[in-house]
Amino acid sequence: MKKVFEPRIVAFLCNWCAYSGADLAGVSRLKYPPNVVPIRVMCSGRVDPQFVLEAFREGADGVFIGGCHTPSDCHYVNGNFKTYKRKIVMDRMLEQIGINPRRLRLEWVSASEGKKFAEVMDEFIAEVRKLGPVPRMKEGER
Amino acid sequence: MIRIAIAPLGSCSGCDVAIADIGEDFADIAKIAEIVYWPTGADLKLEDLEAIDYIDITLSHGSIRTSEQEEILKLLRKKSKVMVAFGSCACFGGIPGLVNLSPEREDVMRTAYESISTDKGEWPSEKSKIDGKILTLPKLYNLGHSHDSLVEMDYYVPGCPPVESQIRDLLGVAVAYSKGGELPPKGTVIAGARALCDECDREKPEKIVIDRFYRPHEKEADPNLCFLAQGIICMGPATRSGCGTRCINANMPCRGCFGPPPGIRDQGSKMLSAITSLLAADREAELGEEGLRELLERISDPTGTFYRFTLPSAIINRRLNDGR
Repeated sequence: MKKVFEPRIVAFLCNWCAYSGADLAGVSRLKYPPNVVPIRVMCSGRVDPQFVLEAFREGADGVFIGGCHTPSDCHYVNGNFKTYKRKIVMDRMLEQIGINPRRLRLEWVSASEGKKFAEVMDEFIAEVRKLGPVPRMKEGER
Repeated sequence: MIRIAIAPLGSCSGCDVAIADIGEDFADIAKIAEIVYWPTGADLKLEDLEAIDYIDITLSHGSIRTSEQEEILKLLRKKSKVMVAFGSCACFGGIPGLVNLSPEREDVMRTAYESISTDKGEWPSEKSKIDGKILTLPKLYNLGHSHDSLVEMDYYVPGCPPVESQIRDLLGVAVAYSKGGELPPKGTVIAGARALCDECDREKPEKIVIDRFYRPHEKEADPNLCFLAQGIICMGPATRSGCGTRCINANMPCRGCFGPPPGIRDQGSKMLSAITSLLAADREAELGEEGLRELLERISDPTGTFYRFTLPSAIINRRLNDGR
């Protein structure tokens, strides 16, 4: 039997919007693939770029960051903008270190958007599946 | 008398100059120590190092990019009781470590031997025959390495090159060692213990906001005002203190040679985080996502700028090969 590549996705979800959105998707019994490991953070602005790099290094094939809608939904006023700005530069940094920036996805999902959460996850997982496994650093390489 | 070695590996010898720069205090070293190996100071070869039975303290500097450098580093470790990573290359991989962004050796060779400005020469190989004799060369690695990624190191002295006060502190360690006194714990970084901004005297506004980015040559910087407040990227927030703000005193922004402050794993991504937070912090909603994107695109080389000295010790420390 041919082995199908199942991507592993790490999702950092903000407590106030995206995580509640994911919760709503759950209680509404919406289906999306089970490849996601959700990590609840208080704000998408709490997602240190170190977390993203560490996730890729440890073998995450995709990293998802979910926050509150801009311009004015953020519980902490502007945490979502901080994340947005980081993401722009992160994309270019990932390009430079040879990781396809499409593996990092930022989306605004409000607490009422359970459906959107499920759809976005569906789409993102499909995209990462197409990209294949994340490249790994080889130990002992000179 | 204790035995000291100063070993240049993939080095520009700036670290040797920094050591010689302490001037008359150099004589203090002579009081307690004998320098048994210092190829920059005297003509010494690998055989001479092999003949030494032990070394007390070794300062190794320069990056590791060839099999010969790795061999010497491992030999030094075997013979030395205390190994000190001296300078940014030894501690983090340094500027030569930026080669990790183009880790295909063939690309480097092509640029060196086949570019338009070069007479087409033969690529050097590890073994070649010249005038009937076999010439052997060390293997050139694809990647640059910090010393502690290959052997265990005891102390770290960051800086490109380290400054006088650090070398004096290190001398203090050597004196303590020679008297059998207490040594700092293994892994100690001989430098400051905070971020550089903490020791910088420049005037810093209550809230630093970057309106747009300028490269250092695009603007004459106000010598009294924080560089970041002027839109010039200064690595201060993500760099360890201890240099005495020498670049900043010369009206140039910090480039980050002291590496990350204590507790920070990855200098580049921390700097990315800091600098993007400051951009247009007072008018994010007004500019909107597109406006912010435009301003951020003025950072021309994020990886090279933020990881200038620390790429080989970063979380992801080389260019990977995603779908190519």
